Amino acid sequence: MNNSAIATLFVIIPLCTAFLISLMAKLVKRGFIYTLSILSAGLLLFSSFYALNILSKTAGNLLVYKIGGWGPPFGICLVLDGLSVFMLIIVNLAAFFISIYNVGYTDKDDDAPKFLTLFFMMVTGLNGVVITGDLFNMFVFLEVASIASYALVCYREGAEELEAAFKYAIMGSVGSAFIFIGIAFLYGFTSTLNMADMSRVLAAKQGIFVVPFVSVLFIMGFGLKAALAPFHAWLPDAHTSAPASISAMFSGVLIKTLGIYALARILFTIIGTTQALLSALMALGAISILAAGVLSVSQWNMKRLFAYSSIEQVGLIALGLGLATPLGILGAIFHIFQHSVAKSLLFLTAGSVDNSAHTRDLREMSGLKEKMPVTAAGSLAASMSLSGIPPLGGFFSKLIIILACIEKGCYFYALAAVAGSVLTLTAMAKVQRFAFFGELKGKFKNIKESPFAMQVSIVCLTGICVFGGLLLLPQLRPFVSNAADVLLQGVKYSGLVLEAAAK
Amino acid sequence: MSVIVKAITRIIISMVLVFGIYIVAHGHVSPGGGFAGGVIIALSFVLLMLAFGKGVATSKVTRNIAANLEGVGALMFLMIALLGFLGGAFFMNILAKGTPFKLFSAGTIPLYNYVLGLKVGVGLFAIYLAFVILENTRKNK
Amino acid sequence: MTLYILCLFLFCVGLYGVLRKRNIVKIIVGFAIMGYAMNLFFVMFGYKFHGRSPIGDISQNISNMVDPLPQELVHTSIVIGLGLTALLIAIAIKIYEKCGTFDITKIKRLKG
Repeated sequence: MNNSAIATLFVIIPLCTAFLISLMAKLVKRGFIYTLSILSAGLLLFSSFYALNILSKTAGNLLVYKIGGWGPPFGICLVLDGLSVFMLIIVNLAAFFISIYNVGYTDKDDDAPKFLTLFFMMVTGLNGVVITGDLFNMFVFLEVASIASYALVCYREGAEELEAAFKYAIMGSVGSAFIFIGIAFLYGFTSTLNMADMSRVLAAKQGIFVVPFVSVLFIMGFGLKAALAPFHAWLPDAHTSAPASISAMFSGVLIKTLGIYALARILFTIIGTTQALLSALMALGAISILAAGVLSVSQWNMKRLFAYSSIEQVGLIALGLGLATPLGILGAIFHIFQHSVAKSLLFLTAGSVDNSAHTRDLREMSGLKEKMPVTAAGSLAASMSLSGIPPLGGFFSKLIIILACIEKGCYFYALAAVAGSVLTLTAMAKVQRFAFFGELKGKFKNIKESPFAMQVSIVCLTGICVFGGLLLLPQLRPFVSNAADVLLQGVKYSGLVLEAAAK
Repeated sequence: MSVIVKAITRIIISMVLVFGIYIVAHGHVSPGGGFAGGVIIALSFVLLMLAFGKGVATSKVTRNIAANLEGVGALMFLMIALLGFLGGAFFMNILAKGTPFKLFSAGTIPLYNYVLGLKVGVGLFAIYLAFVILENTRKNK
Repeated sequence: MTLYILCLFLFCVGLYGVLRKRNIVKIIVGFAIMGYAMNLFFVMFGYKFHGRSPIGDISQNISNMVDPLPQELVHTSIVIGLGLTALLIAIAIKIYEKCGTFDITKIKRLKG
């Protein structure tokens, strides 16, 4: 059993935890279940850092694990390369801090074990999408994560949550239907499902009609999962009605893993990008930034404002990916990291405010900074990072994307990105001014700070948010630039994987 | 339900259950396997519930048994997959393969079929039970 | 060739049901029709002219078997569709309990 067997841990641990929690729900006390969930999330985080360590010592930065001993093209491979390890660390970091937050947040619910079961099934699906090297296996894990997320949105069964869950479920499954038809066409054309093998066959056989058709189907399907405009209509309802820790997981991790990562993996490394596709991706990104930016400023519901801001930031990431220059892709990938940390923190603080003050409407709140200092500090740090205020991390990632636009000569897109930044700053300033600064209203005089578990995760995420910009230092830069290199080398990925699998 | 339905159900319900187990057991030789056989096993319990009512069906397979057996089935599947690590890789087929096209052959694949048949059978019945309970709570309000 | 066109036509019928019908149950039925069309389309990709069914047996030869891999993938997809349909029906029952109607034009609490 060689080094790459660690890739299997990322699917085994959350799956085992989910079913153990569902079995032990009535037999043991609540505290034991919370401890088990934090322990397994911590083990996942440790494994992802260990995988990063192993990968940096391997030649070629690529590890392939063959399930069942069957090599490609017959078997399913698990591939660990720079991009996979990057996304694994993001997913497991978010899962760890959110499972600590859950201890305080779901304390009053009766069926918290069911919540944790669904949560770990979602983490299984997310990890599986990231590490697999087989196209249909990625579809199966994508469906596992999506169905768990549909059930998690309507966890607190109110009328609004159910309506949002129904809309999300129908739109999400239409997106999955498009992805499935795309995979069917690709299988019919290349007669293999392994990603590396399919890339080799597609380079040899020129499909003049099939490849553009399949690329458009994938942009529609994965664009719906990633909430690019005009496929974004499910996101404001779903992220507003979900419980706060689940909204943090969705906005921070789910839309970027199921949407942007899968789209980038298929378009850049399997099919190979053409200029028309990249222009389409950039146009969709720009539309997302402008439309969602304007809509986010006019919201009065705190979580709905953050949801529209998520659409805008994903549009910025799509813009960076569509540029396909080294600087653009580096900016997009760094922004994935910054946005996931900052947006998770924003949603966690919104949940903390909701827990204490029992309101989400910005017009009713004011001056909560005096009673909830930890929450206010976390929210301020995340807002500054997301708006792009130096020296926090978000400033660097947005700057790199705008510079990449100017370097390539797309001045209109650079202008759109700058306008988006200004709109984000307006929206975040609105939240800060109405919720935290100002005079404390009378009815909030007795509210308390949130429970200790919620404070711990908010403080840790604030630390990562503030010091996130340091990832661009030359010692730590390989973490981000390895991920960008995988996308840049494009279709050469297949040759490297087949060679590593043959050993 | 009427007398005819109850009489016929008493006769054929065991046949449906045995047919479901037959399809699960012959999963590696003929079409079928874990999921298809599991659906037929679940349908036998649903037939019991449709003909005789919720009380009789839940006295055979209660809510708690259904929920717990499903989790046990999933954990057993994971356990068999982890046994492959003894042979060298995850999910590897480590038991004796035997002669092809016989009933006791193909290593761990029949074991996967049995565990899946258990999980799917009990799981689908649990879903149906959840719908019936939802409908009852709505009517009682 | 006409079989593939008919299959995509069935997919469009299901998509029409999801997009234009007002009753929640009819939307779920439309989604199920979309699922059937997708699975049928994928299975038809494996067909070989004058092929025989992919069941192994000692006496038969295997050279003109229809491709069994799409059938396995469709098996998986049917199970996923089943789980999704069960979830959608449960949500629909709960919506009827809370809002008293199956009409989606009357369930409009989330705006903006």
